[in-house]
Amino acid sequence: MSPPSDTKSHSTVRPDRLDGPVDPHRRQALGCLSAWSAAAIVWTVSGGVPMALGATRGETPRRPEDHAFTFVQISDTHIGFNKAANPDVVGSLRHAIADINGLPNAPAFVVHTGDVSHLSKPDEFGQARELLQELRVDRVHTVPGEHDAIDDGIGGYLKYFDHDGRKRGWYSFNQGGVHFIGLTNVLNFKAGRMAAIGDEQLAWLRKDLAGVAHSTPIVLLAHIPLWTIWEPWGWGTADSAQAMALLRPYGSVTVLNGHIHQVLQKVEGKVSLHTAMSLAYPLPTPGQEGVGEPEPVTVPAAQLATLLGTRQIELVRGRSELALIDRPFVASSNRPSDLAPNR
Amino acid sequence: MNRAFFGGRRLRAYILAAFGAFAAIAAHASVATVDIGKFMFMPMELTVAPGTTVRWINHDQTPHTVSSQGKDKLFASKAMDTDDQFEFVFAKEGDYRYVCSVHPFMTGVVHVRKP
Repeated sequence: MSPPSDTKSHSTVRPDRLDGPVDPHRRQALGCLSAWSAAAIVWTVSGGVPMALGATRGETPRRPEDHAFTFVQISDTHIGFNKAANPDVVGSLRHAIADINGLPNAPAFVVHTGDVSHLSKPDEFGQARELLQELRVDRVHTVPGEHDAIDDGIGGYLKYFDHDGRKRGWYSFNQGGVHFIGLTNVLNFKAGRMAAIGDEQLAWLRKDLAGVAHSTPIVLLAHIPLWTIWEPWGWGTADSAQAMALLRPYGSVTVLNGHIHQVLQKVEGKVSLHTAMSLAYPLPTPGQEGVGEPEPVTVPAAQLATLLGTRQIELVRGRSELALIDRPFVASSNRPSDLAPNR
Repeated sequence: MNRAFFGGRRLRAYILAAFGAFAAIAAHASVATVDIGKFMFMPMELTVAPGTTVRWINHDQTPHTVSSQGKDKLFASKAMDTDDQFEFVFAKEGDYRYVCSVHPFMTGVVHVRKP
């Protein structure tokens, strides 16, 4: 596989971009998604440029290097959702928990990039927190999604998921030689404009980074993507450029987002940004659905298992390389080479 | 005046007339519905008479809210799950823009005009 250019985004891998006549029935994002994110694709990010190490299709997992630690990203559990697209989101989260607890390299912690609940209800937050305690890790770090901020901003969310007791949605911590930052970008909604990080939080971010050496790898968690994927659907952050400017001097920045219920990735200089699969239901790729933001997509149960999943991230201490492994519940039977337009 | 002049059938007639007027007013207080579906308020622009109740109904699987954009925050619903409803009585003439508080491109407006 030829090394991708540093501006490759996997959102370009879509059936309608392949050579050959376009079959409207192939305009099914889901077939493409399941093929692309099938099995475990191991990426390393070295100096901001992703390089594939090779897929692991349920084969023996790579042995970790010495002084490496791993953590896992989950996202969009939507506890409280119970419609056709997934009548059992609790079961899906438990499936992910079993996958994570069964990893040969026990992760140091789990991060949840938001939409923990579906309706910001206290019993949904409570049930989610109880379920997350079934993970055999020291800690679960969360950031809120807009589904966690429907009533009373993130006041309800913070009653269950306040990171450090400071009653705010942003925080940072150091572990494994890496500086981790959690941001809230689901407040500051204005009609006709994407959500924003906001001046107060950006000021905090500037102050927080002042104490971090440029050689320290940074991992940044936020629910809504920090690059604009599709503005009419609100898939972007209005003031993300200001955050990116603060991160530009750093040698390795990995942004982990959720919100869009599919894996898309982008590299901007030394910053790589990755959205994640949901643990609840899939969403269409941008532009597939028409004008308005899309609703959950209902697929057969066997296919749903290829579209929900987790992401394992491995860091080697003292180096700025991170390996990202996307793990759907079930590997799709489609191989990338099978993705011909007329099937 | 002789009190008896206002009693009996005449009094009954006055009472019946009063009830009749009341009924006419009640018949004019109506409900207009805005359907929420596919992340849109339908109709996006609604014109009603003063005193009309506007009722929003969410048909999406995704929760939405109805949140007034005016400075005085005249109306704001709680999170609306599928099939949840929110109502507000628009008493005064004016143009009332609103938005879903978690989907900022979902907007609508209620125009209140005397018929």
